[in-house]
Amino acid sequence: MINKVITADEAVAGVKDGMTIMVAGFLGTGSPEVLLAALVRKGVKHLTVIANDGGLAEGQPAVGAGKVSRGVGVLLDHHMVDHIIASHLGVNPRLNEQFADGSLKYTLVPQGTLAEKIRAANYGLGGVLTPTGLGTPMETEKDELGRDKIVMELDGVKYLYERPLHADYALCRASICDRFGNFVCSKATKNYNYVMAGAADKVLVATERLVEIGEIDPDTFAVSGVMVDDIVEGEPKWQI
Amino acid sequence: MADIKARIAKRVAKELKDGDVVNLGIGLPTMVPQFIPEDVVVTLHSENGFTGLDAMAAEDKIDTDIIDSGGNYVTVLPRVNYFDTATSFGIIRGHHLDATVLGAMQVAENGDLANWIIPGKKVAGMGGAMDLVVGAKEVIIAMTHTQKGNHKILEKCTLPLTAEKCVNLIVTEMGVMKVTDEGLVVTELHPDFTKEEMQEATGCKLIFSPDLKPMED
Repeated sequence: MINKVITADEAVAGVKDGMTIMVAGFLGTGSPEVLLAALVRKGVKHLTVIANDGGLAEGQPAVGAGKVSRGVGVLLDHHMVDHIIASHLGVNPRLNEQFADGSLKYTLVPQGTLAEKIRAANYGLGGVLTPTGLGTPMETEKDELGRDKIVMELDGVKYLYERPLHADYALCRASICDRFGNFVCSKATKNYNYVMAGAADKVLVATERLVEIGEIDPDTFAVSGVMVDDIVEGEPKWQI
Repeated sequence: MADIKARIAKRVAKELKDGDVVNLGIGLPTMVPQFIPEDVVVTLHSENGFTGLDAMAAEDKIDTDIIDSGGNYVTVLPRVNYFDTATSFGIIRGHHLDATVLGAMQVAENGDLANWIIPGKKVAGMGGAMDLVVGAKEVIIAMTHTQKGNHKILEKCTLPLTAEKCVNLIVTEMGVMKVTDEGLVVTELHPDFTKEEMQEATGCKLIFSPDLKPMED
């Protein structure tokens, strides 16, 4: 069997300047910190990042004092991102600083639409039709690649057509993953992990716990290892 | 101000029915659960990925795998179910939420809502707001009636919309307004205010219901 378990540095070795990467997580929770740290070590620049938000800056968790930045916040600290495609950008102050100095541009996508655009890419669909965003700037503003939005009326009901959103790399985080890549995420760490795994040319999973095949009940796993290219051990349980 | 917010939250709580699944926005809406009667069992949805939200977690009860959509560590009820973002927004967009309670910057008399962006100000983003107001069966706006003396309830919103014609009910410290095809119908007026004062504080014509009731504190 192919060995998918490699180091974080090996996993991100193919990430190049200017690539598009999607990063799972919601305000840092469920983001693969060991993969983000490896990207910082590699020092890639000019990334386009697809994520729910800009993660957290140092000192930001709502409860307890955060000692380090989390999620996409790590990439923002090192000015590695040129374009962020996300649904919420109000929390991490690095975002508005970098919008203001012109080094970062953004495209906003409603949260449910963002998930479905990613899911469409993952599941081989030509896009999705959603009522969300009709009559708002989502209808009149261009999309993440500068294309006009299209309103479709089907059987008397109006929808926005939203195109698939695909990346070069997807960075996911598992609570438990086996050597085939079958994985599961604990509680509220699922968020985009189950959606993004499969929506990129290369899917990397950082896991808190790596298990041997057959070591635990296969019914535990929520995502098929078919979606996963490389697995990295040593993802920390977040400590506050 | 605290009294006004509690009055609004208390009144919103009366709209919720036993068995409802509800999503609450940040700020004032999070005060609603404390006013829900014990015999009314409501399940709270947290759009980052679960139903069955209980309360803010005390420092010694924190599980770092459980945050709410505001990024706070929270506790959950035994009936909790966790899901990914696509499922969470399927619940929202697919009309499986009975209600959402949100604040607003502006609401128009036809139910148009603006609550996510002020052009020229710091970029924040809509998060889940656009999906919530399109998908929830009942959209309840809980807010103060005016903002520093400026009208928030208008003939037409001037800020970019969150969605068109999505609001069903507006609850403020002055009263309760239903969005109808005829316009905004005031069903309750707080005794601190006269009809004239409420109309004065509103940027569109109010229709006072023939069954107008006093709003309770």
